[in-house]
Amino acid sequence: MTDAETVPASIGGTRVRRPPSRQARWLAPYLLLTPATVLLAFTLAAPLALLVGFSLFTQRGLAIDTNLTLNQYVTVFTRPAYAVVFVRSLAISFIATILAILLAWPFAWFIAFRARAKFLWLLLVTIPFWTSYLLRIFAWKVILGYNGVINSALTTLHLISEPLRFLLYNPPAVVIALVHGYAAFAILPIYVALEKIDPSLLEAAADLGDGPLRRFLRVTLPLSLTGVISAFVLIFVPTAGDYVTPSLVGGPNGLMIANLIQVEFGRVDNWPLGAALAVAAMAFLAAAAAICTAGVRFAVAQIR
Amino acid sequence: MTARKTSRALPAYALLYLAFLYGPILLLPLFSFNNSIFVAFPLSGFTTQWYAAMAADSGMRFALANSLKIATAASLGSTIIALLAARALVRGVRGRAFFAGFSNLPLFIPDIVLGISLLVLLTRLTLPLSLVTVIVGHLMLCLPFALGVLIARLEGFDYSLEEASRDLGENAWMTFWRVTFPLVLPGVIASLLLTFLVSFDDFLIAFFLCGTDTTLPVYIWGELRFPYKLPDVLALGSLILACSTVLIGIAELARRHGLQGRPLPAPGT
Repeated sequence: MTDAETVPASIGGTRVRRPPSRQARWLAPYLLLTPATVLLAFTLAAPLALLVGFSLFTQRGLAIDTNLTLNQYVTVFTRPAYAVVFVRSLAISFIATILAILLAWPFAWFIAFRARAKFLWLLLVTIPFWTSYLLRIFAWKVILGYNGVINSALTTLHLISEPLRFLLYNPPAVVIALVHGYAAFAILPIYVALEKIDPSLLEAAADLGDGPLRRFLRVTLPLSLTGVISAFVLIFVPTAGDYVTPSLVGGPNGLMIANLIQVEFGRVDNWPLGAALAVAAMAFLAAAAAICTAGVRFAVAQIR
Repeated sequence: MTARKTSRALPAYALLYLAFLYGPILLLPLFSFNNSIFVAFPLSGFTTQWYAAMAADSGMRFALANSLKIATAASLGSTIIALLAARALVRGVRGRAFFAGFSNLPLFIPDIVLGISLLVLLTRLTLPLSLVTVIVGHLMLCLPFALGVLIARLEGFDYSLEEASRDLGENAWMTFWRVTFPLVLPGVIASLLLTFLVSFDDFLIAFFLCGTDTTLPVYIWGELRFPYKLPDVLALGSLILACSTVLIGIAELARRHGLQGRPLPAPGT
């Protein structure tokens, strides 16, 4: 009980300007949070709960059989074609995530410690990130295509006699497009982590006899780790569930989980199976992200 | 010696990296002025015919109008909702961590799952798909971005200014109007622009929720199947690039106004 809360509302009949009542103060933040909570309840919590529910139903022709069953999950885990696509999705997105982080790390370090106009560099990074994702991925189709930019340029320069076929419609094309599409998600978190490093820590390490390599391994790298882990999760999860990229540049051998889900909700019209695929995919992604995050933490702990 | 080597290698790498980021994107405007139906080298001459063809396309204009309506509603709605929530979260409220984590969830769930789960709910409720359903989906999609920008803004907010205003006799409304609002305004502008872009750019959620009210990305997706439409799409894409570059520039300037050197609040950190 603070003084403010025990001030009487009126003294001897004269109205005193009182601070908001204890109840009002306690309630106010929750009132402010109400619209957001309602929005998230209806657009996030309820749909996801319903999706889990749907994954326990069965499609019978046009009708949905609402008796609960795990049959959809049995199908998801026993159909070999699904296993292939799940493994491929995780592999593509894992490689894309690692590549994006490796390429972005030196760049983020450059902005944090060497660049003069930090604002300008960060703006340059964010501009492509905010421009149409669809068109950015589509640009890769134009670049890598049979009659595309690379092939036509090489043919015009007489470096090749006929267009290269291996550029487009395969998993590497998906990886390249994803590394490009998600670059900002790698650079920004790593930059934020690097920027927070106190220079006196590096000086202290130098004073205590660490060379540049050991300083890097024992100070800069471990301290950038929070950013690396954020980047990992922020890229790994959405890329593994990406629909546009495999559809545009993946070809039949580059299809991913999202394509399977879309087919069940579209052409095949088996929503319960599609829901089970989606729930299984989310569970796999969460588990994979958790394992990789723990792995990175462990590896760095060993270095230290 | 090594220090000098890295000091030269690193800027070179940074420039290469920028070339990697921008190269593919800059191809769109380049080929949108190319006088050929094929997107290939060598360039065959300058033309603006694809822009004319694109502007004359009534399907495109319908989709553009829909996208503008949706993005306006979604950006206004999500910014207002996020402003109220950010105010509560910044001043400390029980369950803050839980709420912040939950509202960031759309960043960690693949768009396709967000889209189909909303579709399942709307179908169960037998609600018709329309602009409204896309707007509702986009409010959720935009919320983490609006919250990120506005929380960063409000965290630097000096509440003693509001107290001073009240002590000097201003009422709550005038305090809000003359003190709080001007201080928060740059964050609000940044949030409006960023969420506008998020909504305008979204393909997958609109793909599932728009019904026959095609949005621009959904329209472009349909056009991509027809090779002869390619140059029109490039012209449209170049215009979108130009407009969003201007918007993002303004948004970043507004967001940084008074927040020296603070980077984009990286989602999830």
